[in-house]
Amino acid sequence: MSTVDIVSASPGTDATRHERLKDTWGDPPGIRGWFTTVNHKRIGTRYIITAFIFFLLGGILAVLMRLQLARPENHFLNPDQYNQIFTMHGTTMMFLFAVPMMFEALSVYVIPLMVGARNIAFPRLNAFSYYIYVFGGIMLWVAFVYNTGPDVGWFAYVPLSGPAYTPGKRADFWAQMITFTELSALAVAVEISVTIMKLRAPGMSLNRMPMFCWSEFVTALMVIFAMPAVMLSSTMLLMDRLVATHFFNPAEGGDALLYQHLFWFFGHPEVYIIFIPGTGIVSTIIAAFSRRKIFGYLGLVLSTVATGFIGFGVWVHHMFATGLPQLSDNFFTAASLMIVIPTGVQFFCWIATLWSGKLHFELPMWWIGGFFFVFLIGGLTGLMLAAVPLDWQVHDTYFVVAHFHYVLLGGAVFPLFGAIYYWFPKVTGRMLGETLGKWHFWLFFVGFNLTFFPMHILGMRGMPRRIYTYPVEMHWGTVNALETLGASLMGLAVLAFLANVVKSYRSGVMAGANPWLAGTLEWGTSSPPPNYNFLDLPTAGGREPLWENAPDQPVVTGVREDIRAVLVTKPMDAEPDHLTLSPSPTIWPFLAALAVTALFIGSIFTPWAIVWGSVPIAVTLIGWFWPTKKESENKKGMEKWEKK
Amino acid sequence: MRASKYLRWGCFAAVAMLSACGGRQNQQTMLHPVGPMSGRIESLWWFIFVIAVAVFVIVWIFLAGAAAKRKVQEQLPPDVYPDPSYEQKLLRRVMVATGITVIVLFAILGHSVITSKYMNSLQSKNPVSIQVYGHQWWWEVQYPNPDVSQWVTTANEIHVPVGVPVVLQTGSRDVIHSFWAPNIHGKRDLIPGQSSALWFQVDKEGTYRGQCAEFCGHQHAHMAFYIVAETPEKFQAWLEQQKKPAPEPSNDVLKHGKEVLEKGTCVMCHTVRGTNAGSRLGPDLTHVGSRLSIAAGTLPNNAGSLGGWISDPQAIKPGVRMPPNPMSSEDLQALVAYLQSLK
Repeated sequence: MSTVDIVSASPGTDATRHERLKDTWGDPPGIRGWFTTVNHKRIGTRYIITAFIFFLLGGILAVLMRLQLARPENHFLNPDQYNQIFTMHGTTMMFLFAVPMMFEALSVYVIPLMVGARNIAFPRLNAFSYYIYVFGGIMLWVAFVYNTGPDVGWFAYVPLSGPAYTPGKRADFWAQMITFTELSALAVAVEISVTIMKLRAPGMSLNRMPMFCWSEFVTALMVIFAMPAVMLSSTMLLMDRLVATHFFNPAEGGDALLYQHLFWFFGHPEVYIIFIPGTGIVSTIIAAFSRRKIFGYLGLVLSTVATGFIGFGVWVHHMFATGLPQLSDNFFTAASLMIVIPTGVQFFCWIATLWSGKLHFELPMWWIGGFFFVFLIGGLTGLMLAAVPLDWQVHDTYFVVAHFHYVLLGGAVFPLFGAIYYWFPKVTGRMLGETLGKWHFWLFFVGFNLTFFPMHILGMRGMPRRIYTYPVEMHWGTVNALETLGASLMGLAVLAFLANVVKSYRSGVMAGANPWLAGTLEWGTSSPPPNYNFLDLPTAGGREPLWENAPDQPVVTGVREDIRAVLVTKPMDAEPDHLTLSPSPTIWPFLAALAVTALFIGSIFTPWAIVWGSVPIAVTLIGWFWPTKKESENKKGMEKWEKK
Repeated sequence: MRASKYLRWGCFAAVAMLSACGGRQNQQTMLHPVGPMSGRIESLWWFIFVIAVAVFVIVWIFLAGAAAKRKVQEQLPPDVYPDPSYEQKLLRRVMVATGITVIVLFAILGHSVITSKYMNSLQSKNPVSIQVYGHQWWWEVQYPNPDVSQWVTTANEIHVPVGVPVVLQTGSRDVIHSFWAPNIHGKRDLIPGQSSALWFQVDKEGTYRGQCAEFCGHQHAHMAFYIVAETPEKFQAWLEQQKKPAPEPSNDVLKHGKEVLEKGTCVMCHTVRGTNAGSRLGPDLTHVGSRLSIAAGTLPNNAGSLGGWISDPQAIKPGVRMPPNPMSSEDLQALVAYLQSLK
């Protein structure tokens, strides 16, 4: 076996090394370990499960809406309930499911394994960001259950969401929750970009990085630039409501359109924050099941980066109906059409890969097929929306509802289910069942198209979105009833999926380390991976290290195993640079998250909460960064050892 | 290639379905245009639709071909170093496809820009000028006149002459609404603190429904209006009639109805020109009897629905700004009769 020596080798057989590494990287036992863990896989699994629970909750709300709309003049829900439900559906799906699932959950679990690292960068921040995400979600849902759910739509346009037209605390909960979950996304964006830049396996230069890493990296950068815009708009909204700042009140010199610019400057990149990880999944699965290297790697990377950039230049296409000047409308039409070019390049590269590969059709590939069908339709209706005059007709109608469900479910949920079938064996050590898997796919695919395709037609026939009922004489009833049937099929599909997960987790076929014979590094360790990820730190000799070097994968040896040593490499070429210490488990991120939550909840009621709430946060942060005796000893020990 | 055949049939079916939807007379649909604005938008729609169907079919022919090429079921070793000359060939094809994409995008951009230029070019020296303001949850419509006493204010119903350019000056009195009559023109947001102008023309007589398209709170669902397009003569006659104050009651029941209006809570929100009701919080009722609907398109305008609406609007449109008005059935009947007489 070829090796790359970093420092002098640690002695011992594989079995003793395994025990030693397990002790070093393990969590304290029991309930203490539960709250103190900083292991990226444990936190990643929590993210996945939590985000999926929010997906189920959002789905239940969707079914309630479909029941209300199944026939004209229905009295199943009153307008107040309906308005809260569609706002919670949108907010939950966008902020509590899509972004946390596609970005935070998948990247926190997969990226450190894929780049061959022992843990994520800034593991304590990682624990903290999970806790604030889940507390924020709980805060919003508890408010909803107590009839204080937001009711002004997921984009909460002012002045409707302002103090004059939405008194009470409903919009405040929404505004604070948005700031809250985006705080969590920002923290993960920092962790992921540093993990990708500094913790890659030796040899994994930028042009050998797997496509999934590229897509999550571009997503992380987008999060860093986009999220502050929405945190700003929601904070300004809260200030308008809480301390009467009148940012958005035209009667006092404020501007209602300012809010829309700020919101969509985040809101459009948000679509790509959800979709770009999906493209990474598609590339990964297509390469693995075509059994060839992805075709047009450079084109795919540049397209991903270009999509990330252009995604920031198209926000005005959400505002074509606001009566902006014609020149700006045409400019943003051109920009919106331009984004088709990188997406087209990606499609062509994927087709070329499939065309020239030895396609092996397993469950994850079914979902990629579904992605091609659904997302393509969503993209093509996107062309229609980009044309200003056509947008004037279909904007804010069911046509748009159909369009963005095709884009978001096609671009994110279909690849996500593919990713779950693909990585489930890695996470649990067992395969997901074949029969239930096919039921899941076909029910979901048919149900999805039955629910959303007719919405295009409804929109063109004049049905605006966000209406809780409609008169009989509009003749929208039959189509709506059909859609409700489709929604129930989707519900059944998700139940089949849950049954499959429970059954396979208990008694599925054992997977082994690399059931799909895939080429990326996460398949180079056992399934599920041990808490230290890799017995020997892997290296990368190409884009698919496990294929290029099969059967002998070169490894790094000699990294100290009795302390949490992490190998740091250089950003461009991933040459080994130095060793550093990864933080140990601690309760402080949990306590800090509690303190931050208390401040945020308090700030809904009084601005003074910001002042007094900062005291416990300061205390918990001091605790967080205060080195324990063991940590300082380790640090000294490592310095000595490195000198040797 | 069986899959692509089915897809083709699917697309034909979709086209047939869409065209069928346009057929129903006076429905609220963009596929049944009655003026040059919506007509141009419709032709842009068909242009992009045909392109979209073509792209979908072509992409799926290639995907189906790739799937059909799979020759083997068993796991093969991965292809780590593909044949470079074949890769070159693939690369050329991808580049050609990208080039075609760019050309198609330019075609769409050009068509879109020309259409939106046209939409902004319909202007004339003597348009009919109408002001429309959105309220939670009804529409205020005004026909301005240099002589202030000749201003016409009505609600939820816009009369326009056929074949004459109309300029609509829009605004909002509270939150953001969106004016949308799909048979006539695309939508325009009504934003508080901003005004904007919308030009259109209706070429076909008829009554066209429109609806608020931007979520504006509780009763967004019940915020419709009608555009009544009639011959210029009929339109002028209607306008002259609207300029007059409310007719005096002609019998005792109507007189009593007027008393109920003037002494009750109605005057706190509504105007009836020629009576002491002069508040502008709610719709102007001077000629309410001549309108097609009440409560912004929620109910047809007849005695039954008017009576039900007045006594308990919250039961019909929960959250609406109008409070319940408990009154004796004699008072209610007189009030309804009086309002219906206001033609």
